[in-house]
Amino acid sequence: MADLKIVADPGTHQIVITRSFDAPRDQVFKAFTDPEAVAQWWGLRGSETTVDELEARPGGRWRFVERAGDGSEDAFHGVYHDAAAPERIVYTFEYEGMPGHVLLETITFEEQDGRTHMTDSSVFQSVADRDGMLASGMESGAAESMDQLDEYLAKGR
Amino acid sequence: MRADQMDSIFAALADPTRRAILARLMGGETTVTELAEPFDMSLPAVSKHLKVLERAGLITRGREAQWRPCRLEASPLKEVADWLDGYRRFWEQSQERYQRLDHYLRQAQGKEEPDDQQHT
Repeated sequence: MADLKIVADPGTHQIVITRSFDAPRDQVFKAFTDPEAVAQWWGLRGSETTVDELEARPGGRWRFVERAGDGSEDAFHGVYHDAAAPERIVYTFEYEGMPGHVLLETITFEEQDGRTHMTDSSVFQSVADRDGMLASGMESGAAESMDQLDEYLAKGR
Repeated sequence: MRADQMDSIFAALADPTRRAILARLMGGETTVTELAEPFDMSLPAVSKHLKVLERAGLITRGREAQWRPCRLEASPLKEVADWLDGYRRFWEQSQERYQRLDHYLRQAQGKEEPDDQQHT
């Protein structure tokens, strides 16, 4: 079950994450698209996620705010392009702490024998953006990491 | 850390003898002769390795020509460890997030009581 795989080929704009879940597809799809569900699992352990908006339909908006134990907040938002239950969601993703670096995320769900296999493909606007995301860890609100990421991205410009 | 510094550190680490030398130096300052002892290698050969480590900033060598004790410089290695740490964090954060989703899905299917935090 903990079969997490992360693939990021050198020199490409993409990160592909695959993982399977011990649940039928419609439940997993719902976990990703129902505001009450998302608040319960999205984000880091020890953080609390508030779903500000989540309209899982073409043109719908989403925004999540993650609050860490020390009270610091990180917010993320985007727009849905597709939400075809139970097989696919497509949306843009932007971290408000680093505006202007937008990625396009496509998540597909396949079911086999009551288990769901998820493929999450994120496409970045540049190889540097992609590499910066990998090198800093996702959602790292620490100022230090953001400075490093800024420096890294500045070098790539 | 500059890219070329990181390059020379990784090149320095890409040799088992040099890694063994660094490990030995974690125990404290050591002379070239003492460092050479465990290896079936001439002193000049060991000195070559020490030069690579020194150029990468990983060790410093004392001035006394006869003894020239070598000392580990820990902060470049710490910078490399911090750089690697980002990748570790990315992996761990992905793991964490999906483990929380596992937990949510178990609850949603009635396989677990809500707020049953036994695994987090």
